[in-house]
Amino acid sequence: MIDFINLYLVPGLTIGSVYALGAVGISMIFGILRFAHFAHGDLMTIGGYGVLTAVWFIPIHPLLLLPFGIALAIVSALAVDQFFYKPLRRLPTIYTVIASFGVALIFRSLAQLFWSSGNQVFTSGVRMPVVLFDTFRISELHMQVIVLTLIIAIALHFFLTRSKLGRAMRAVSDEPELAAVAGLDTERVIRWTWVIGASMAATAGVFAGMDTSMHPNLGWNLLLAMFAAAVLGGIGKPMGAIAGGLIIGIAEETATFTWLSDEPLISPSYKSAVAFFIMVALLLFRPQGLFKGRLL
Amino acid sequence: MELTGLFFYLVSVLIAGGIYAVLCLALNVQWGMGGLFNAGIAGFFAVGAYTSAIVTTAVSSKHLGGFELPIPFGLAAAMLIAGVTGWVVAKICVRLKSDYLAMASVGIAEILRLVIVNESWLTNGSLGIAGVPRPFGDLVQGREADLLYLAMVWLCVLAVYILCQRLYVSPWGRTLRAIRDNEDSARAAGKDVDWFRLQTFVIGCAIMGLAGALSAHYFKFLSPSATEPLLVTFLVWVMLMAGGSGNNKGAIVGALAIWFIWSGTEILTSRLPPEWITRSSYIRMLLVGLLLQFVLQKFRSGLIPEKSPKIRSD
Repeated sequence: MIDFINLYLVPGLTIGSVYALGAVGISMIFGILRFAHFAHGDLMTIGGYGVLTAVWFIPIHPLLLLPFGIALAIVSALAVDQFFYKPLRRLPTIYTVIASFGVALIFRSLAQLFWSSGNQVFTSGVRMPVVLFDTFRISELHMQVIVLTLIIAIALHFFLTRSKLGRAMRAVSDEPELAAVAGLDTERVIRWTWVIGASMAATAGVFAGMDTSMHPNLGWNLLLAMFAAAVLGGIGKPMGAIAGGLIIGIAEETATFTWLSDEPLISPSYKSAVAFFIMVALLLFRPQGLFKGRLL
Repeated sequence: MELTGLFFYLVSVLIAGGIYAVLCLALNVQWGMGGLFNAGIAGFFAVGAYTSAIVTTAVSSKHLGGFELPIPFGLAAAMLIAGVTGWVVAKICVRLKSDYLAMASVGIAEILRLVIVNESWLTNGSLGIAGVPRPFGDLVQGREADLLYLAMVWLCVLAVYILCQRLYVSPWGRTLRAIRDNEDSARAAGKDVDWFRLQTFVIGCAIMGLAGALSAHYFKFLSPSATEPLLVTFLVWVMLMAGGSGNNKGAIVGALAIWFIWSGTEILTSRLPPEWITRSSYIRMLLVGLLLQFVLQKFRSGLIPEKSPKIRSD
């Protein structure tokens, strides 16, 4: 049981936090701009490398340098929206989906050009896990990730329900025509969607990169699980995306637990298939997700 | 000497270009005619490549195989297995709408890749399958064999083109375009939309399997990295968008045009200073990414735009 918590549940929550932060952006972009943003994983990668570069110059704890990664991701996202997505906004959204595929490739090749294609670590050296009550062995990073994600989720909740901008975003996501008629500035809402989505993506990218290592495919490899999380939470429901991310993360990790026999229920090498099957099952049987998201 | 070298370089470019043309025709069936967004091309390509390799190679303790069947059987088996895989996928996913199908197909390609890497009894894992035969491999060798293979690849392109063109002008193709352009009205006209989509998806996947088989016999060696998911899938999409989606001739022309650009930049980047050479493939990827954005914004109907066949009034 202790093993289950230490080796499956906590890592599940950690990777789930990464999915959650990434899925918030995907869910909001899907809700407001109405397309599946395939470059979101690579936006995470860009954010991660932003912090990695900052660490080279200012050798302090990477999490303190998050603003650098966030700034880089925001600038990239806004530039890409301006030059590549905005000109296609009047067309069927599938064209924007294709464009975002191309943007994913552009981001990745830029990452490979500037930061090489190998694995790079933020800080080297082995860190001992923290032992709590003599039983729980949790790494410091995992605790930081989970706590920070919780704080971000609470802040996001208050932003969306209390601030004028946050409510405008929810309005555009729920009823775009009505929101436009009511005089909401749609372009401003879109800009802030990118700002928030990119900030969370960069944060998630740094978490993921610190947990393993930075490499150009980091974000792309997480994309499928983040889509699954966004669908699970309900498209256009940021808080749902957070819940969805945590559930997918825990499901992936605990699926490899020795539930029925001494063998893992699902071989760890097929872990990433779990998210896929959850997503397909949801799309077929409950496409609105857990929290009544929008339907295409 | 210089000239013959150049000639055989051109031959190798045309062989790969032909394989991409087959892939592009397959995507044209799925996306151009049927409006189905398949972002998992590499997965079906890999299924075809491995099937043909397993069927035609000699007995080996490292992977399933040893059937040593002639190559046409390999190609047929590749189409069959890729088609069956496509059928299973379509059975589950074909009802999903555009963006969702795109997400699901990315996942399918990923799962197929996981199977290839992990099930080493089947595929020898990441070490790959060696000794995949070339057609007439005992009779001709070296450069003449390349010429022969070039002819075979383009014969396949021609066959697939004729098939796709027949499909396009047939009542079946007309129904498909009706579904693509307005699903609700096609349904109202009594067409079984899901059934048509399923057929489209399976036909496209089978052709992708054929392309995979052709590439396996060309390179004679097969490993999971040979089906680099992003490169294959993405290049084929750029090719179809540039060539003109919905037009079979456009698919072939687009495949050749983009493949020439891709190979041509390889010559250019090989003249870069050495410290940049290792990065040259990333520069090419960046350029192709930008090219796609250009095509999407300024050049959407492609080199040879779709032209609906005339309606005969007999």
